Amino acid sequence: MNNIDALKELLYKMADDQLIIGHRNSEWNGLGPILEEDIAFSSMAQDKMGQSEHLYNLLNQLGEADADTVAFTRNAPQFHCSHLVELPIGGYDFSLIRHFLFDFAEYLRFEALKTSAYQPLAQVAKKFFGEVKYHTMHANTWVYQLGHGNEESNSKMQESLNFAWNYALGMFEPGPAEEMLINENIFIGEEALQAKWLEVVIPLLEKSNLVIPEQSSWAPIYGGRIGNHTAHLQPLLSEMTEVYSIDPSADW
Amino acid sequence: MATEDQTTIESLDPRISRAHLSGGNHEDMTGLLHFQTYEVFHQNKRGAQHKHVGIVHAPNSDMALLYAKEQFARREQTANIWVAPSSCIAATEYADDDIFTTTPEKLYRNPATYKVMDRIQAFKERGMTPSDEA
Repeated sequence: MNNIDALKELLYKMADDQLIIGHRNSEWNGLGPILEEDIAFSSMAQDKMGQSEHLYNLLNQLGEADADTVAFTRNAPQFHCSHLVELPIGGYDFSLIRHFLFDFAEYLRFEALKTSAYQPLAQVAKKFFGEVKYHTMHANTWVYQLGHGNEESNSKMQESLNFAWNYALGMFEPGPAEEMLINENIFIGEEALQAKWLEVVIPLLEKSNLVIPEQSSWAPIYGGRIGNHTAHLQPLLSEMTEVYSIDPSADW
Repeated sequence: MATEDQTTIESLDPRISRAHLSGGNHEDMTGLLHFQTYEVFHQNKRGAQHKHVGIVHAPNSDMALLYAKEQFARREQTANIWVAPSSCIAATEYADDDIFTTTPEKLYRNPATYKVMDRIQAFKERGMTPSDEA
């Protein structure tokens, strides 16, 4: 694997994670708990899709097909997203916990990429850093609120956290060229990112009255990065690409 | 949740169908607690005045700030946002609005009516400093 392939692998997994969680979170559009939250959550889902488009454009510059083709014509085995983002939206408790676990990882990933030796990626990371920072503020405020709400809200958040935890660890599935990315100062690598993420999310979750699952039970759910996905991804893709499949030139 | 009506709404929008919404007989919601409202003030750049732009519903000021950002700063340049509980706002009574009756007549209080532009223009043309004009 040369460094261009290593870079593509990094870009694909980031962009696919954003596209898929963006689509998932957009499923709450019109169904959110209150109007203000509905608008905020949908707006952030749109942000995610916008970010993925920028990363697909970088891939396009490296010789991959254009953003629409890449987003709308691949099947599940060709996607590099983690299992965490594929899971159905569940209840609002799960969607919020996933939002929290995913967005802090993305925030730290972007923070590290701001100084990437690959300039185009460093620029994208700088451009969207503030946007992602707001996403983490939104997530943390909600998790804190419901963690401290009442017994029911706390136990729902705790159950969702327990369920999501190993999927979240799966976000940090090592790629095939970690050392190359690290040595070329393109990216700090998944292992270092996971360590930073644990350092940040554990104290925040504890502050929100939630208990981190026992470390002995940690078992990251890998596979997404190499195209092995849950059964939830293909139906999502079929739904997302419905209009494109009917008319690839459709525009609005 | 409704108990009588078991029919769920079928929609072309798969999200609606997945939500298994009941067709009707929703519980009376008037007894539920509602969030309070917060007034939102938007500043477009540092040093500018914060301007009132509307309200959001929220359980506390942290959540109100989150919502104010998305409701009122999504499309505009923004430097800062304030929120304040609506209950903290004191207001005049509309019944007393006669206290403002003569305001429109007092044009002399409006700086736009001062005729000074010709003097400023002359000043600039002469290229003088303020201390030159006795």
